[in-house]
Amino acid sequence: MSNIHVTTTVNGDVMEFLCEPDESLMDALRDRLSLTGVKEGCGSGDCGACSVTVDGRLVCSCLVLAAEAEGCKITTVEGLAKGDKLHPLQQKFLEHAALQCGICTPGFLVASKALLDRNPNPTEHEIRYWLAGNLCRCTGYDKIVRAVVDAAAELRRTA
Amino acid sequence: MAQDAKFEAKGRKFDVVGSRPIRPDGIDKVTGRARFGADMTMPGQLYGKVLRSPHPHAMIKSIDVSAAEALPGVKAVITSKDLPDLSGGDQGMKDNLINTLARDRVLYDGHAVAAVAAISNSIALKALKLIKVTYEALPHVTDVDEAMKDGAPLVNGGAITSGMEPAPTKKSNIIARHQFGHGDIAKGFAEADIVVERSFTTEATHQGYIEPHACVASINADGFGDIWVSTQGHYNVRTTCSALLGLDSAKLRVTASEIGGGFGGKTVTNIEPLALALSRKSNRPVKMVMSREEVFRGTGPTASSSIWTKIGAKKDGRITAAHSIIKFQGGPFGGSLVDMGAMAAFACYDLPNVKTEGYDVLCNRPRLAAYRAPSAPMVTFATESVVQEICDRLGLDSASMRIMNAAKEGTKSSYGPTYGPIGIRATLEAAKNHPHYSAPIAPGKHRGRGMACGFWFNFGGNTSVSMGLNGDGTVALSYGNPDIGGTRASLSMMAAEELGIPYEKVRCVIADTATLGHNDITDGSRVTFAAGLATIEAARDAIKKMCARAAKTWGIAEDAVVWEKGHAKPAGSNAGKFEPLSLKQIVAASGNTGGPIAGHYEVFADGAGVSFGTHIADVEVDVETGKVTVLRYTVFQDAGKAIHPAYVEGQYQGGAAQGIGWALNEEYIYGKDGRLQNAGFLDYRIPVCSDLPMIEAVILEIPNPGHPYGVRGVGETPIVPPLGAMANAIAAATGVRMGSIPMSPPRLLKAIEEKA
Repeated sequence: MSNIHVTTTVNGDVMEFLCEPDESLMDALRDRLSLTGVKEGCGSGDCGACSVTVDGRLVCSCLVLAAEAEGCKITTVEGLAKGDKLHPLQQKFLEHAALQCGICTPGFLVASKALLDRNPNPTEHEIRYWLAGNLCRCTGYDKIVRAVVDAAAELRRTA
Repeated sequence: MAQDAKFEAKGRKFDVVGSRPIRPDGIDKVTGRARFGADMTMPGQLYGKVLRSPHPHAMIKSIDVSAAEALPGVKAVITSKDLPDLSGGDQGMKDNLINTLARDRVLYDGHAVAAVAAISNSIALKALKLIKVTYEALPHVTDVDEAMKDGAPLVNGGAITSGMEPAPTKKSNIIARHQFGHGDIAKGFAEADIVVERSFTTEATHQGYIEPHACVASINADGFGDIWVSTQGHYNVRTTCSALLGLDSAKLRVTASEIGGGFGGKTVTNIEPLALALSRKSNRPVKMVMSREEVFRGTGPTASSSIWTKIGAKKDGRITAAHSIIKFQGGPFGGSLVDMGAMAAFACYDLPNVKTEGYDVLCNRPRLAAYRAPSAPMVTFATESVVQEICDRLGLDSASMRIMNAAKEGTKSSYGPTYGPIGIRATLEAAKNHPHYSAPIAPGKHRGRGMACGFWFNFGGNTSVSMGLNGDGTVALSYGNPDIGGTRASLSMMAAEELGIPYEKVRCVIADTATLGHNDITDGSRVTFAAGLATIEAARDAIKKMCARAAKTWGIAEDAVVWEKGHAKPAGSNAGKFEPLSLKQIVAASGNTGGPIAGHYEVFADGAGVSFGTHIADVEVDVETGKVTVLRYTVFQDAGKAIHPAYVEGQYQGGAAQGIGWALNEEYIYGKDGRLQNAGFLDYRIPVCSDLPMIEAVILEIPNPGHPYGVRGVGETPIVPPLGAMANAIAAATGVRMGSIPMSPPRLLKAIEEKA
């Protein structure tokens, strides 16, 4: 079967790519558009490392077909910072040492941003359940949760 | 314990060490720019995939690759014929070869049988389906107790047990026996007022790193090659791949990518030799990335175990004797590290009479890899369960009884050496005095509190560090260990501290194998200790050279110059005679004083101080489902000296979380057919964010005599106590003492129902 032509907006830029009919959005972002901040941990929607937003909705990009991205607006971890200014979540992850190996970090950042976009003042309980789809094997989640709490406070201050 | 007395920082006020700066690789890792194993491409690369055995034990009668080779887009197919046996009598290398690609037989479900390189992943996967393998199934065994029985199927032909007197005459699955201890346990048990003996089992777990194994390899006809790889030890990748493929080590350059977790599972090679062999055959670079299913079936895991433990004590709680028989399922080659288990089982305590026996047993399961403090969590679960049962039966305070028995400086450890200054008593006293210990458990049904101690040896080993000084006052620090949790930061901090320059002036890079001398694997909690020691000594080497240049500039004797706060200063009778010279000034002028200035240091770092910790857990048990909720958790551990306290806390928290996962849910589940039934994160359930509370981390600092600043490794000990702490908390909550790990809902519910 021939490849499919897809036009989509990624991190604000209009982009085009060709993909195989059964190719995942994760593979297309990584291999066709060089957005390797999108990480593969499982390929089955269990670890959240490939989290992106599609039209504002948080998804595991390994479970979305690349061809489905036609006409969509996609945000990846590469789209969070504004120039040299990190998003408050990125800054707080650094300040709180909320990463050790860093492979899960892009997914956690994208998922946390999706949470704070909906709920600017989440409780610890709400953060823990929202992020339950993102696996981290290094941190025990403690510093991640603290970083999200702190980033939410920072965003509320500057809103 | 024999240790070089290197510690010299008593009372020293540190400028950088002990602060919490942002890690130098931080921005790359929060912006998606950090390049992990699968993030690299090479020009013209192919994609490699592996065909794996569906059988736990079978002879390979034939492999027909002709249809796969004929598929358009396939550039190479390899079987064991493409990896001739070059091991030359080295059994470890032979086992490595067999594990890399099965030869006449497959030894476990998931064993690699053949590999393909093609122009796309999808073509490579199609080609795998076209390879025809004819198997003749053999009887298999996956349980350690079954494998030790007379008449059990012999795995990989079995072995004559080593370490037995007299040596057995018949082959069995017991590949080795180990024994440690001292005193007279019969006499000790006779003196006891109470003796408790129990049997325990633990299931195999996987390290569960989120990044699957990945590499890109390229090798030319002249033998020059490169591999980019996610590994804990790129020098080991070079050594192993060179030996397996018959390459010159110097021609094979290995570059470590960022590593997305390892926990011991990336200390060995898996796909790397295959990628090189495919590259050699196809004359193209080859990229290989494992699927999660392959990671579970083909890599890791840790041993499963069956343990019997007996402890006797006087009425006041003083332990008189301890004995443990430890059987570890060792995969198809052995090497379960049961010897370390036998050494670690009673290491927390000062025991007059102690004996441990360990058996390393072959089974049809994946080759084992180390998992964070390998062997210690399982044996410590047994020990701490029995210790707690004695406390409970004697009506003693859990912390006080352990303090009474805790090992101390001068104690002859249960595995031989005599301890130097150690922190087990300090962690217990900190726990006893902490609000968590004295606070009542938050009210609720079926709630309980448990505590447990843990120990890890810590490693040092071969280490090279190099430090180039720049004319703008900055420093380029090279070391040879992948940064698995913040070592760029901790080493940069030690370099800045010693040189007396700001942390931001140091750029720390992980050198490839062609650029820096040999470095052992990132394991044994060794890097901040050993590479830290080498960094400090490399800085001192550079300081000595800078002082000599200053002396030359001033025309005074070299020993009349001292280094203070980043400057060379004249000392003694010359004090105050010359303006101090900064690092920047000395290096900028170095062209006129003798050439570039660099510091380096190479060492086999011994004196890695042993590590101890104590954990307290509060849990609630839902007696209708068997689900356990962790309400509160506190870790107390000796760090020697915490270089970057935030990353020390992170190790404590992360290790505790892994231990909690092991205690409550994680297990390899094998069917009667010998196949792994839960090779994915959905069915192999590691803790998620909503499973855990905040984990309080309390750092104690009892300096390690073997390090200039007193550093001890901290990475592994935190996974040791949780199994016992959770079992003790569940026993306190329900009255049910679990002898098997994991204490998953169905198992715990069954135990609760059996008791009721």
